[in-house]
Formats: sequence, structure tokens, C-alpha cells
Amino acid sequence: MSSASSTTSGAAKPAGSTRAKPANKWEQAADWTDGRLGIYSLAKANLRKIFPDHWSFMLGEICLYTFVIIILTGVYLTLFFKPSMGEVIYDGSYIPLKGIPMSEAYASTVDISFEVRGGLLVRQIHHWAALVFVAAMLVHMMRVFFTGAFRKPREINWVFGFLLLVLGMFDGFFGYSLPDDLLSGTGIRFMEGAILAVPLVGTYIQMFLFGGEFPGHDIVPRFFTIHVLLIPGIMLGLLVAHLILVFYHKHTQWAGPGKTEKNVVGMPLMPVYMAKAGGFFFLVFGLIAAVSAIATINPIWAYGPYRPDQVSTDAQPDWYMGFSEGLIRVMPGWEIGLWGHTLNLGVFVPLMIFPLVLVAIAVYPFIESWVTGDKREHHILDRPRNAPVRTALGAAWISLYLVLLVGGGNDLFATHLHLSINDITYFVRVGFFVVPVLTFIATKRWCLGLQRRDKEKVLHGRETGVIKRLPHGEFIEVHAQLPQADLHKLTSHEQPPVFELPAETDENGVAAKAGLIPRTRAKLSRGFYGEGSRIPKPTAEEHHEITSGHGHH
Amino acid sequence: MSHDMSEEKLPESHGSAGHHEVAAHGDPFADPGLPAHQPRRTDIDERAAQRAERQVSLMFVVSMLATVGFIASYVAIDPDKIVYIFPLGHVSALNFALGMTLGVALFCIGAGAVHWARTLMSDHEIPAERHPIEADDEVRADVIEQFRTGAAESGFGRRKMIRNTLIGSMALVPLSGVVLLRDLGPLPEDKLEHTGWREATDVKPLQLINMNTNQPMKAEDVIVGSLTFAMPEGLSTHDEDFQQQIAKDALMLVRIAPEDIKDTESREKGFEGILAYSKICTHVGCPISLYEQQTHHALCPCHQSTFDLADGARVIFGPAGHPLPQLKITTDEKGFLVATGDFDEPVGPSYWERAR
Ligand code: FES
Repeated sequence: MSSASSTTSGAAKPAGSTRAKPANKWEQAADWTDGRLGIYSLAKANLRKIFPDHWSFMLGEICLYTFVIIILTGVYLTLFFKPSMGEVIYDGSYIPLKGIPMSEAYASTVDISFEVRGGLLVRQIHHWAALVFVAAMLVHMMRVFFTGAFRKPREINWVFGFLLLVLGMFDGFFGYSLPDDLLSGTGIRFMEGAILAVPLVGTYIQMFLFGGEFPGHDIVPRFFTIHVLLIPGIMLGLLVAHLILVFYHKHTQWAGPGKTEKNVVGMPLMPVYMAKAGGFFFLVFGLIAAVSAIATINPIWAYGPYRPDQVSTDAQPDWYMGFSEGLIRVMPGWEIGLWGHTLNLGVFVPLMIFPLVLVAIAVYPFIESWVTGDKREHHILDRPRNAPVRTALGAAWISLYLVLLVGGGNDLFATHLHLSINDITYFVRVGFFVVPVLTFIATKRWCLGLQRRDKEKVLHGRETGVIKRLPHGEFIEVHAQLPQADLHKLTSHEQPPVFELPAETDENGVAAKAGLIPRTRAKLSRGFYGEGSRIPKPTAEEHHEITSGHGHH
Repeated sequence: MSHDMSEEKLPESHGSAGHHEVAAHGDPFADPGLPAHQPRRTDIDERAAQRAERQVSLMFVVSMLATVGFIASYVAIDPDKIVYIFPLGHVSALNFALGMTLGVALFCIGAGAVHWARTLMSDHEIPAERHPIEADDEVRADVIEQFRTGAAESGFGRRKMIRNTLIGSMALVPLSGVVLLRDLGPLPEDKLEHTGWREATDVKPLQLINMNTNQPMKAEDVIVGSLTFAMPEGLSTHDEDFQQQIAKDALMLVRIAPEDIKDTESREKGFEGILAYSKICTHVGCPISLYEQQTHHALCPCHQSTFDLADGARVIFGPAGHPLPQLKITTDEKGFLVATGDFDEPVGPSYWERAR
């Protein structure tokens, strides 16, 4: 709307135009813009677009806002940061480093922290926002996963979101590596070792990436380009696509009175969501700024410049890379000699499991829709308890992540809890296989228990806390019928039929054995929906029987 | 936008399990429809509404003040000033002031806007219709027909030779991009197999330079039970390629009573119980820095690979796949510790071409 000043010519209407005279300057400006950009048709569909309300929908917003904060602060930092490995002798105001040779990258980061007024704050906001960004993406993704919001028509957007998470993690790693301090250099060394472990081409990739031997002079400028240009560029494109799809599909919503698969109930974009979402951006930014004022993160001046023959003891990656660190720490050091070559399984296996752990979630929507054979659109969310297998799979995945995080922080756990580091490592080696299975079983049972409780509530009402004494002396608690809205909410979920194999013999009596794939599918489907995976919903008849008959208490 | 949600795409019209939409007469679980709107306090009480208005404005005013405070702090506070703030401890005054004022300025805008939306803007829930994502059959048939016409007119399917050569050329052309990456770095050749110690020969042995004192060392300088770090003579921290050199050359020296050394080959490579191992971990290349003198175990802080220095630096725990390479050392005529050749095997992490 700021183009108001440049619109004086817009008033002249061509003869024959039937458009009403604009009422004021603003309308005039809008008319002018519409003539060039067609904003009216766009706004018609979107100005009063309906957004359903639920606190968990804010998680995606946090991702978006932290991304914006990262870009804003990142641009500021590039104005001062020198992505160069050229050697300088430090001569700034931080006394402990005076006279020490270091790279320009490190020196300029120290300068940003101590010489540039507000530079430290911006650096801290950048780093904190990055941590919140990745965390929010992960939690947002869990929200989408556990509620089944990834189902048709949203599978592609799930994949976009997944790519954003992976790119975000890697961009975080590259950014972390730029200051060329002792900790970040150790991270790069780790990456070099991992690349070298790749069979056949490892040494070539290493030489090309580093421009020669480790560490060389090229790695920081190259990472800089990747960190500020390549990855953010791709992410921006994905993000826009993600949001366009969110707009196009409209939000999902929870089941409830008046909410169906064919509508979306909520409040309009203008004004309520503009104010709420716009305001929320400032809340997030404000909080991160305050945290950055209070909590120091990545104090690179305390680590010192990188030297390949030195290391600080608590070498830890940022938390989101912790699980890969866990993988590498708990893997036994297997090396296989092959005709004068070495296959470094101890590093290569973790390097391969790393993407597998991630890709497992990326492909999940497609696996589920194949197993269930469900080809319909879904806009009403599942309560996690009503999809016990999915929920249990998600929980198992998270537990695996946590086990590996323990592996990645085994030294911290050892020192803080006074445990033997070797014991922790052995525990993680076993836990890697066992904990996800146990978590799966426990979560599934828990979901079924909650389903049972829902059924109980529907049939017998809710406990009122009022105790009544019957004439013959027995004490009972009075139960109150649930209101219609709650009855509906608790019974509206689907319990679709299990996918059955076609009969073993066709109508002519000829034996037709199903192939391996349909048989697997039938088995999985039974696992998903079968007897053991759900409590049958209460039926209207059951409800009638209990509410109309005897003992209506 | 005007076509309706086609029925067969939606869960309600599929199967009977989830069928709740049609309110069968007397169905206790039927959808009662959108609940009636409940007015808020601010909807009915004008005084409450005015209070909310004042609260919102107050937050915006606080934000303005905070921004002024931000600018004032930027101008007034010395970047070197350190203050004590409970419970944070000693912090940079400028960083703290800037961050807090910026935080408050931003937060209050957000809080004001959200409060405004929650108390004073309409909270009427409105249903909006959804439309199926998939096009209806007519549109689908139309588009496929148009595409077929286009494809037929291009002759793509008919002129197989053109088609195949086009696919071939498209498949090959990205290779140029890959080839262009070749000059990113040199070829590996045998670079990873040698360290700076290869300069050392019987004729011209290289002295071991203590990393702390920058002086050559005599045998008696290495005390039993301590870990000493060394680099080859002639290397200086100011060298252009110092980082690259030290990433391979770094040594750690331990002295173990000769009778405690279990591995005879290892004992012979040393000098009177002084053993020189590569400092670079064979896992992924961290420098090893922790040493336990009773057990002669060296531990890498990165992923806790543990090496028994009394037994040829064998791996006794952790993810490393092979022992630390050992450098053969002796003394020159003046009694300084020297090396007369390179390591027998590459130092650092293993890789495909490494012989085993
Ligand atoms: S680098 Fe030493 S244990 Fe991994």
C-alpha cells in the first residue's frame, strides 16, 4: 500500500470503463496496482481466507519466523565476516588472543564479537535462531506426523518439509564451521575423515572439496558460499513452495462439532490472523533477542583458533547433529582389508545409517498409504491414540534419536552422572536395537489404553466426583452424560477395514496364489488396523442400551 | 472455485466405518453442528474493551521506549565494559543492554498485536468450503486430449531417431558441469601416504622439536609417565602450509620402562623406552590429547578411541579401526632425538587406497 504517492495518474479512466470511482487515495492506489498486477483477484480468494485455530499450528510459524530472523542477521554478519584462511596476527581488544597467529575468518569473527558494536548480539541471535529453527522444524514435523496431516493431498508438502529439515541441519553445520575456531575445525576434520571412508572415490572427493590436503586454504571460502548462497537459495525456493501448498490445500483441522472433511472452520486471515501471526513474529524475535542478551552461545574466543594438532575436550556438535555423532561414537571400529585396499566400516556404516534414519521419515506417507490402500483426501486430523501403529512408529523413531543423542554425548553423561564411558557406549550399542522396539510396544499399548478410556467415557459418561449412597448401602459415583459435541468428537474417527487378500481360488475354482507383495501388504495392513491395533468404537446400540436401560447413574 | 467437492474423494462417502455425517434419527454420536458463538467479556462490556485497548497501546508505547533505549545504549555504552549481573555473572554491558532493549521492543509489538487480536477483533468462527484438489473427469479428459494432440504434432513418438538422440544428448550434457569441477583440487596421488618426516634420511636425520619449547630434545628431557608433543625440525607456525603439515606430522612422545613395553617391534622403533606415535587419531583424525600414565592408555577426546601405547598403540576401545602409526626414532651424535625416515604407514583416518 506504500505506492500511494506514485499513483496520481491512475485516476484518469479510459472512456467506457465501468469501474466505480475510487472513494479515496488508497482505493485509487489499489486500482492502479490491480491494473498491473491483478491484485483484486488474488485478494478475493485470500483476504478472508479461513484459518483454523490450534496452538500446535504455531510450530510451523516459528520455523518461518526464525528462518526470516536468520536471513536478516546473516546478511548483517556477511558485512563484517571475512571468509578467508589468510593468516593474520591478532591485535584486537581481546587480550588473551593478542599476538596469536590465526586465520582472517577467525579474527573477523572475534572482531564481530568485540569490536563491532552489537555484532556479538547479532551473532548470538543468528546462532540461537538457527538452533530454534531446526528444533521447531523437528517438532513441527512431529505434529504433522502424529496427527496424520501428511496424508493425501499433503504428501508432497511433507517431502518439501523434510528437505527443509535436512538442508537446515547441513546449513547449520556449515555455518558452525565458518569461524575457524578450535571447535569448528574439529568438526571439519570429522567430516574429512568421514569422506575419506567412502570407498573408491573418498580421497578424490576429499582433495576436491578441500582443494588439496586437510585443512588447506580453500575450505572456509567454499563453505561460506555454500552456507550463505547455495543452501539458503534452495531453502528459500522450497519454503515458498511449501507455503503455497499450505495455502492451496488449506489447513487441516481437528474433528469437532460442525467440522467436516468438506469445510474448514476458523477465523479469517484479515484481521485476526494478520494480527496474531504478525504479532507472533515479533514475539519470537523478541524472545530470541532477549535470550541472546542473556545466554552466550558458541564463545569462539574462548576456544581459540583452529590448529589440527590441538583439541578442546568437550568437542560437541550442535544438538541436531548429535545423533550422527552418536552413530560414529558407538560403532565398533571395523576395518576390512581387500586386495590392498581398506574398507573403513567403522566410519562408513554410520555414514550410511545417517541418511537412512532421516529418509525413513521422508517416505513414511507413501508407505502408509500403500499399506492402507487409502486414496482419499484427508483434512480432519487423527488423534494420535486413534492411529496406534503410526504413533508407536513415530515414538520408536524419536527414541532411536534420543539413544543416539546419548551416544553422542557419552562423555558429558559420563562426567555428569559419574558413569563409565565404556558402559554408556555398550548400553547404546544394545539400545540402538532394543529401545525402539520397546518404545513401539509401550506406545501402542498406551494408545489402546487411551482408546479404551474414550470408549468408557462415551458409554458411561464422565465422572462427576459426586458420591451417592444407594438404598442398600452401596456407594457409587455419579456419572454424567457427555454433551453431544463430545460424543461426536470421541466417535468420529474412522476404523477402516483391513486390506484382505483376494480369495485363494478365483470364481472358476482355479488356485491363484497371491504374490509376495500383496501378501506383505495384507500382513502390514493387519498390523495397522487388525484386532490388536484398535479398540472397536462404541456403537449407537451399545450407547442406547446403557443409557436407556437400568442403572443409569 | 465454484465446483463442489466431488463426493467419492472424501472419506465420508467411503465404506461404512467412518460414517457419521448423516445424522441417522436418534444417533447419539451425530454431529450437532457448529456451536453457537460465545461472546467474550470485551464483546459485551465496553469498559473491559477500553481497558484492553489501553493495554494494547501501552505495549506499543513500551516498545517505542525500548527502541529509544537500544539506540541510547549503542551510543553510550563502551563496547569493552563488563558488568556483573545476577545470575548471569560477568557479561558485556553493551551486548546485554542491546539485546534486552531489542528483545523488549520486538516482544511488545508482538504481544500488543496478539492481545489486540484476542480481545478486540472478532472471534467468530466461520466455516469455509473445501474443494477437491483433483480436477473433475471432464477437465482431465480435456487436458490429456490436448497433450496428445501436442505430442502427436511434435512427432516425438514417431521420429524415434530424434527422440533417442535427444535423450542421449540431454543425458550427457550435465557431464560438462561435473568435469568443470575437476580443478577444485589436486588428485590424491600419494599425498596421504607421506608426512613431513619423509625428508628425514640416514644422511640428514630430522630433529624432534618440542612443541612447547620449540627446542630440540634430548632423551633425558622426556620423563616417564608424561606426554610430550613434537614436530619435525624446520617447521614453523608461520609457514604458509603449517596447518596442513602439522595435521600429519604431529607426534606424541611417551616414555615407558622398556620391560613394560609388550610389543617388541614397537620397543625397537623407540629409543630407551621413548616411543613416538602419530598424534592424529586413526578414526577420523582428531589430535589425541589425554594420557593415563598408570595404564599407558591414550584417549582421543572426540569419540573416545583408546590406544594402548605400551602395546604398539593397539585399539582397546572405541571406533578407531587400527593402531596409531609409530615413528622410528634414535639419537644423533649430539644426543638429540631424531627421526631417520617417515612412518611406515599413512597417518590419520583410513581410506580406500590405504594398503592394509
Ligand atoms: S577421531 Fe579419535 S576417536 Fe574419533
